[in-house]
Amino acid sequence: MVDENQAILRGVGLTKVFGLGHRKTIAVDHVDVEFREGEVSSIVGESGSGKTTLAKMLLGLIGPTEGEIYFQGKKLDLRTYKKKKEYWTNIQAIFQDPYSSYNIFNKIDTLLLDCIRMRGGQRLPHAKKVDMMTEACSFVNLKYEELTNKYPFELSGGQMQRLMIARIFLLKPKILVADEPTSMIDACSRATILDMLMKLRNEIGMTIIFITHDIGLAYYVSDSVYIMAHGKIVESGSADEVILHPKAEYTRRLINDVPKIHEAWDLSTVNYSEI
Amino acid sequence: MGKVMLEVNELTTKYITRFGENVYAVDHVSLKVEEGKSLGIAGESGCGKSTLALSLMGYYFAPLHYTSGEIIIDGQKITGMDPDDIRRKILGKEIAYIPQAAMNALNPTLKIIHFIEDVIRAHDPKASKKEIYELARERFEILGLPEEVLQKYPVELSGGMKQRTVIATSVILSPKVLIADEPSSALDVTSQKMVIKMLRDLMEKGYVKAMIFITHELPLLYNVTDDIMVMYAGQIVERGTAQEVVFDPLHPYSKGLMGAIIVPESGVRNVKLTAIPGTPPNLKNPPSGCRFADRCKYVQPECKVHSIDFRDIGNGRAYRCIFSEEELRKAYQNG
Repeated sequence: MVDENQAILRGVGLTKVFGLGHRKTIAVDHVDVEFREGEVSSIVGESGSGKTTLAKMLLGLIGPTEGEIYFQGKKLDLRTYKKKKEYWTNIQAIFQDPYSSYNIFNKIDTLLLDCIRMRGGQRLPHAKKVDMMTEACSFVNLKYEELTNKYPFELSGGQMQRLMIARIFLLKPKILVADEPTSMIDACSRATILDMLMKLRNEIGMTIIFITHDIGLAYYVSDSVYIMAHGKIVESGSADEVILHPKAEYTRRLINDVPKIHEAWDLSTVNYSEI
Repeated sequence: MGKVMLEVNELTTKYITRFGENVYAVDHVSLKVEEGKSLGIAGESGCGKSTLALSLMGYYFAPLHYTSGEIIIDGQKITGMDPDDIRRKILGKEIAYIPQAAMNALNPTLKIIHFIEDVIRAHDPKASKKEIYELARERFEILGLPEEVLQKYPVELSGGMKQRTVIATSVILSPKVLIADEPSSALDVTSQKMVIKMLRDLMEKGYVKAMIFITHELPLLYNVTDDIMVMYAGQIVERGTAQEVVFDPLHPYSKGLMGAIIVPESGVRNVKLTAIPGTPPNLKNPPSGCRFADRCKYVQPECKVHSIDFRDIGNGRAYRCIFSEEELRKAYQNG
């Protein structure tokens, strides 16, 4: 048991069950997770392993069937909308699909001004707000003057995802949940996005929970790694320990499945019978 | 040297926008694929990779238009053929195409076997149900797909399974050339590996004689294909074997792409990812000189004046840059 004071977010025995009776699906099954302040932790698993469900529970978007979440040592209470809103100033998310993350009726300005308001800056003079927005945009290599009167659909996928990071920059949450933030953009923009996330973490000392199916990516960004399969955590530990010396059979398979450059990629291990 | 299965000479195709502007997304592309070989095409999004894949089939529909150049499949020239003939005799039989979201091609109201019947009847209206079933069953067995899949509806299958089913269906008439356009980018790593294994099996068992594989994932490309071509802004900027292009890239753009590789190997964490700044140019009015000049670290004033030739340096290696091989290697060593 690690010192409780160190963990900023902790889930104990988290379980989520969808459906009833014989159609019951246990998406997340008694999972214990712990995220320490300022660290990047990854949750890695195949599609259908329950990693997104776990993220949604941590974010307070869906309630767990069983188990508790502790935020900064206190038990999380999200029974009213006011409490949820307060929690969301501390935890924010970037999702997989940038195209569906935006309100299509709002201009970029509105979106960024919303973020300033959430941080309690609604009474600031307008010039100050513009300064803040310009700073946030330049942090992600976008030009505020070019964006100021645009709608989200006028941007490319990579730009949208970068603007999402600009939002996080303005909000300065304590925790960021990044749910496959790079799986829909190409390898080159991926490097840019990862770079920005890391820069952001160093700047505002944020805790990042990184959710991905690409174990190579997880290894590159994170300090500690959780491997998830069929709703359970099968292995956890520091990144070096888990990726370079995997203990669980499942982890070994995941690492084998990723194409490599300096080592041979063994295709003979493919098991077609798994549907 | 084996028999050339697919030969493309100076192919140019364009999009015509609704304002009447011409966008040349494939600009004088030449390539050759021999029997039993596979060719990979790498590049960022928006570089014309997918347009090249569509153009290679010889069947064009608006807003994509054919401009010039020729495509030769196993000695048969298909450019200039009647579109109806191409659809009936070439597509599926000589050349097959797997799009990125191939699994969405399945009709949700048809069982897989009826979908396959549709495909075969389009080329051979007289084929009997029994023949088709036998062919499909045999092919599925060889490719490691369970027979009961044939009697299922698409909703009953997982994403990876659907993708493999569509691939098996698209090559059921044993085409000579297969074009796979990011066949695994929507799948997780385990299903991706199955798809790759299947494509390899197809090549090894001779159902497909040559393959073109398009992706932006370089580690994947390195493991799947024999040769790699790097594409930028509608042009080919580098060509070579997979080994050469990944470990000894010549063009500064290829070098930049290699800097964004992430693999789970020890030592990766200490390498700093280098992203190429900026975005690809707008092809409505491409730059007159080198198209990569605005984003290049080693740019010289003369880069922006003339268009750069695609220089052949022997052994199938070629690149498009004003610098010589030695100069480039030296520049990369110094960072």
